[in-house]
Amino acid sequence: MTQRGILARRPAWSVAVLPVVAVAAGAFLSHWLQRPPSIGGAFELLDRDSRPFTDANLRGRPFAIYFGYTRCPDVCPTTLLHLADWRRRMGADGEKLQIVFVSVDPEIDTPASVGAYVDLFRASMIGLTGTPAQVAAIADAYRVVYAKVPQPSGGYNVDHSTAVFLVDSAGRYVDSISPLDNDEAALAKLRTLVAR
Amino acid sequence: MKSHSMIAMLALAFMATGIRNVPAAAPAQLRIEAPWARETAEGQRDGGGFMTIVNDGKSADQLVAASSPVSAEVQIHTVQMENGMMRMRELPEGIAIPAQGRVELKPRSLHIMFIKLQRPLRAGEKVPVTLKFRAGGEQTVMMEVRAMAASMMSPMPAPPAK
Ligand SMILES: [Cu+2]
Repeated sequence: MTQRGILARRPAWSVAVLPVVAVAAGAFLSHWLQRPPSIGGAFELLDRDSRPFTDANLRGRPFAIYFGYTRCPDVCPTTLLHLADWRRRMGADGEKLQIVFVSVDPEIDTPASVGAYVDLFRASMIGLTGTPAQVAAIADAYRVVYAKVPQPSGGYNVDHSTAVFLVDSAGRYVDSISPLDNDEAALAKLRTLVAR
Repeated sequence: MKSHSMIAMLALAFMATGIRNVPAAAPAQLRIEAPWARETAEGQRDGGGFMTIVNDGKSADQLVAASSPVSAEVQIHTVQMENGMMRMRELPEGIAIPAQGRVELKPRSLHIMFIKLQRPLRAGEKVPVTLKFRAGGEQTVMMEVRAMAASMMSPMPAPPAK
């Protein structure tokens, strides 16, 4: 009774968010319990032509992978613009680096629209999404948290984590760049990645 | 007779002045500076727009709604960065514009969102957006669409101060 009363007084969307929060908490706990934490690994998504694209397609060169959605108003564009800028500043070493953007909003972002979106950055980038199950699987592998949050006038926005994950040419997770890292810190991590 | 035409002329002169100083029938106390939007890709459903709203008046106002012929809807949003999570939220009440104040709609913060674009926003074009203020009425501005690469407004280490 009390439980139901509490839930009833909450806005409807918070009930929708609760399971996601529970899953996120579970993911965090299992992440914390695992030593060393495993981040990354195998995935299967879809490229701009809706053909399968897997981790094997990235093997042989290091990559920086970021999760977001095309409607994301600024954190996603800013992060992708920074990645393109850092890669340019790395000179010849930067040419080895692949930049990958994965949309975690597959219900609205089609594979073709994600491909067109990364083209806006005028830098070579790989834009991917997949079925909701494929996207959930790679998000889980990278410990990426995302949640659909219903909005007052209908529709939903997607809350998502903002780290960039760095993976070496053999497919091993190396490091991550957070929005709190400045240019020098981010560049140092990227140089370490490509030097491996 | 003569006084009537005099009044008419005065009225016309007054209206002409009004038209020159108050574009789009908006009250003089609200000014929109540097309205711009980010270019969008083919197939991208929504897009963001930014501007600075300046209130020269002595009373507060509120941006309550917006619309544009380029999208089915225009919503008022904000962004919060919390524990490394990006959260975008609709603001159904709109945005308060304090008396003699200015409010910046900018990346990582308040913005308007074109929902369900009819077509992509192309860099270089200008798109009309009608802003509705609680007291100040409606005002239509032309938003300049900027190329993605020209749209980086804030450096990376700049989560909004709480
Ligand atoms: Cu928005």
